[in-house]
Amino acid sequence: MSDSAQLAGDERVKKEPFLTKLMKRPELGAMAGVVLVFIFFAITADESMFTLAGVMNFMTPAAQLGILAIGAALLMIGGEFDLSIGSMVAFSGLFFGVCVVTWQLPLIVAIPMTFVFAAIVGAINGNIVIRSGLPSFIVTLAFLFILRGLSLVGLKAATGGSTQLRGVRDMVENDWLAPFFSGEAFGGLFAWLAANGMIDTFKSGAPKVPGVPVEILWFIVLALVATYVLLRTPAGNWIFASGGDKTAASNSGVPVSRIKVSLFMLTACCAALVAIITVIDAGSTDARRGFQKEFEAIIAAVIGGCLLTGGYGSAIGAFFGAIIFGMVVIGLTYTDFDQDWFQVFLGAMLLIAVLFNNAIRKRVTGER
Amino acid sequence: MTEDTKFHHGDAVSDQAPIVEMKDIEKHFGNIIALAGVSFDVKPGECHCLLGDNGAGKSTFIKTMSGVHKPTKGEIFFEGKPLHFDTPRDAMEAGIATVFQDLAMIPLMSVTRNFFMGREPTKGRGLMKRFDVDSANDICMEEMRKMGINLRGPDQAVGTLSGGERQTVAIARAVYFGAKILILDEPTSALGVRQTSNVLATIDKVRSQGVGVVFISHNVRHALAVGDRFTVLNRGKTLGTAQRGEITPEELQDLMAGGQEMAELEGSLGGTI
Repeated sequence: MSDSAQLAGDERVKKEPFLTKLMKRPELGAMAGVVLVFIFFAITADESMFTLAGVMNFMTPAAQLGILAIGAALLMIGGEFDLSIGSMVAFSGLFFGVCVVTWQLPLIVAIPMTFVFAAIVGAINGNIVIRSGLPSFIVTLAFLFILRGLSLVGLKAATGGSTQLRGVRDMVENDWLAPFFSGEAFGGLFAWLAANGMIDTFKSGAPKVPGVPVEILWFIVLALVATYVLLRTPAGNWIFASGGDKTAASNSGVPVSRIKVSLFMLTACCAALVAIITVIDAGSTDARRGFQKEFEAIIAAVIGGCLLTGGYGSAIGAFFGAIIFGMVVIGLTYTDFDQDWFQVFLGAMLLIAVLFNNAIRKRVTGER
Repeated sequence: MTEDTKFHHGDAVSDQAPIVEMKDIEKHFGNIIALAGVSFDVKPGECHCLLGDNGAGKSTFIKTMSGVHKPTKGEIFFEGKPLHFDTPRDAMEAGIATVFQDLAMIPLMSVTRNFFMGREPTKGRGLMKRFDVDSANDICMEEMRKMGINLRGPDQAVGTLSGGERQTVAIARAVYFGAKILILDEPTSALGVRQTSNVLATIDKVRSQGVGVVFISHNVRHALAVGDRFTVLNRGKTLGTAQRGEITPEELQDLMAGGQEMAELEGSLGGTI
């Protein structure tokens, strides 16, 4: 314990190679996955996959899934699951559709109402989990069916028997808020780039890619905000602590219940955001919207390094997990492979990711 | 045994008013009576040992003191005023810090993140208010160095530390946050000889700063090495409080076991328990 010994550092600590340090990052697996999948498609796929149009093509589904996956990742780090997010997309899509079409509300009212509505459902979910002490797996599994069923029943009631609510596009077409939730951003920039011959154009001179789909921007912003919150705010520390050991966390003064309920509300709001974007985009909403998205979101989060037991993971990892997903789904159409290989691919990725994460976690915690 | 310890310096017991006084605390869990009338107080600058065998109610009692459990009956006075803690956070804010037996440490999180868990230093305002990671790292490294532990880095996961090191992180954390009362729940029970003496020396250091230390143990030797007063808990009740020097290890041992069978054991083990 003498001072000189401290200045010299600990003689029993070996210098850590850069690679080992890198191995300890939770998102490493997902980044490596992106590189591997990229190499795979660079070899097998048609070269148009990695043109600007091709990239936008696979980034759009990646973004829609990624928004859900980032919410799911935060919730998983906080130690809980939400299997109801897929159904939540349909349910909040229905609510949004009814707001816009049936009640003819402007978007400035309809969108906040949809988020509040989703947050309330998320809070119900969270409160049941916290108060009953049941595993969130079971509680949200129940809500997977409840919300899907309610979406069907609600759609039939709203449309008089149909499971599809049409006419959203007509109602929002001229709304000033619509460009934030649909279509492409930076249209001017892309037109300028096309005019200067920096990106591909059609014969008419219009750019092949009219802009960046807004969901991609939402996806990137959400990933950055979530990462900032996780790593650089007290709330982030509380999320890790709640998921790591909720007794230890609450004994240390972390408001565990509040954190967990907030995270359930957040995932529900992520589902609502995806619902709003896709409903405006499609111009209608239906009961199958968001079908099985809960599993895909959890898979993306796990590929991104989240542990199923909570307390470890990253939002950036989920970001890359979702991109892998998008590349595989869309990428297979650029290859000669049967598209149905997609599910095999996805399952294999999940298995590899879990095995990899398990090994990483043992290294991090020094388990032997 | 009580005279030659190197962990005890200064006056035995201050005659100041107690910081915390708990009177006739009872705690029932359903039909189980975990505590059946426990009275206990802590004065500034003393180490009050709470002794008792497994199942005597030591842990339940300190959880009542630190706000984890609410007492079924009984009164708690904090600096002379009656007080109720609704959450552990209330107790912490009043100045009661607890190092729990399970340490309240999260293995997957870094030492710094554990150190500041629930009390993160922030900088900036409003939306820019954020976890001040750099100063947290510096403080954590510095406090751990003071306790004699050189971390590989502030981002080292707690899971990689040994049991003794984790204990030290927990004590350093409590001391750093300016506790008036530091409750240590069996801090030495899982430690090696050298780490135990480190912890006992730390207790002496903390006490000399005017902090009241509650040292829970079932090891009479560790308690006598550092304690000023000794309260024995048996089957959920206090059996009385003794001053330092008024009681022998054998008497304490007897009290802890409730006077059962211990005399015989003592003989066969040569009094070395």
